[in-house]
Amino acid sequence: MMQKRVSVYRKEHFNAAHRLNNPQWSKEKNKEVFGLCNHENFHGHNYELIVKVTGEIDADTGYVIDLKKLSDLVKELIIDRFDHKNLNLDTLEFKNLNPSAENIAVVIYELLKPKLGDNYDLQIRLYETERNFVEYPV
Amino acid sequence: MVYLTRQEHFNAAHKLFNPAWTKEENEAVFGVCANENWHGHNYNLYVTVKGVPHPDTGFVYDVKKLSVLIKEHVIDQLDHRNLNLDVPFLTGKMCSTENLAIAIWNQLLPHIPENVQLHCVKLYETPRIYVEYFGKQE
Repeated sequence: MMQKRVSVYRKEHFNAAHRLNNPQWSKEKNKEVFGLCNHENFHGHNYELIVKVTGEIDADTGYVIDLKKLSDLVKELIIDRFDHKNLNLDTLEFKNLNPSAENIAVVIYELLKPKLGDNYDLQIRLYETERNFVEYPV
Repeated sequence: MVYLTRQEHFNAAHKLFNPAWTKEENEAVFGVCANENWHGHNYNLYVTVKGVPHPDTGFVYDVKKLSVLIKEHVIDQLDHRNLNLDVPFLTGKMCSTENLAIAIWNQLLPHIPENVQLHCVKLYETPRIYVEYFGKQE
């Protein structure tokens, strides 16, 4: 018999600096498209991350996934990598990728998914501010 | 006496770094906050004034005017900026939340009309960390 599928969520946060800039565009075009977010000395955010894991309840534990283990995984793979960093300058992931909230969410998904295995569906919700947030995949 | 508060927000990059110290001393004291390439926050600012509601308007102070004043003298100078590099009124200061609150108070004070008093600048650096400044104690 199929076990019931349930989503569990873990909330984490990191603080980082970034800027939005397309190196193939002129200074003027970058300013026009990205506005204040293009500011050359960077700005920053308190990012709130919600990791959603969907799977079957394990009959022995009653868990979909051990949330402590999920938390450790998110800390190791995401928070340690991005917290108190400059996303443009200090991370390999955004050397050649604009660190928009959209791209950050996709990168976080790609980092976590292989570690979770095929038994789980993963969805990332990332708040850049209290009012701006993105989800991936949809 | 009634206390009236206006909430505003800004996003900025900064680092905690004392130029008189070595890199190692800075890291020992400020930890990840000393990251040389900056990190950043969504700051939430609460400005409280106090006074007696005017009999004609019922207002302590026109809160729209308070908002414009905060925007002009604080938000426009801090939002999407690097606090260490881009803000004239923070030049030479350590960019801690404490100092930032005092600097914001000093920016606002000369522009508060005589019939109201500036009571408190409350500044959240993260949802879990905030400072309050009530001006120089007599």
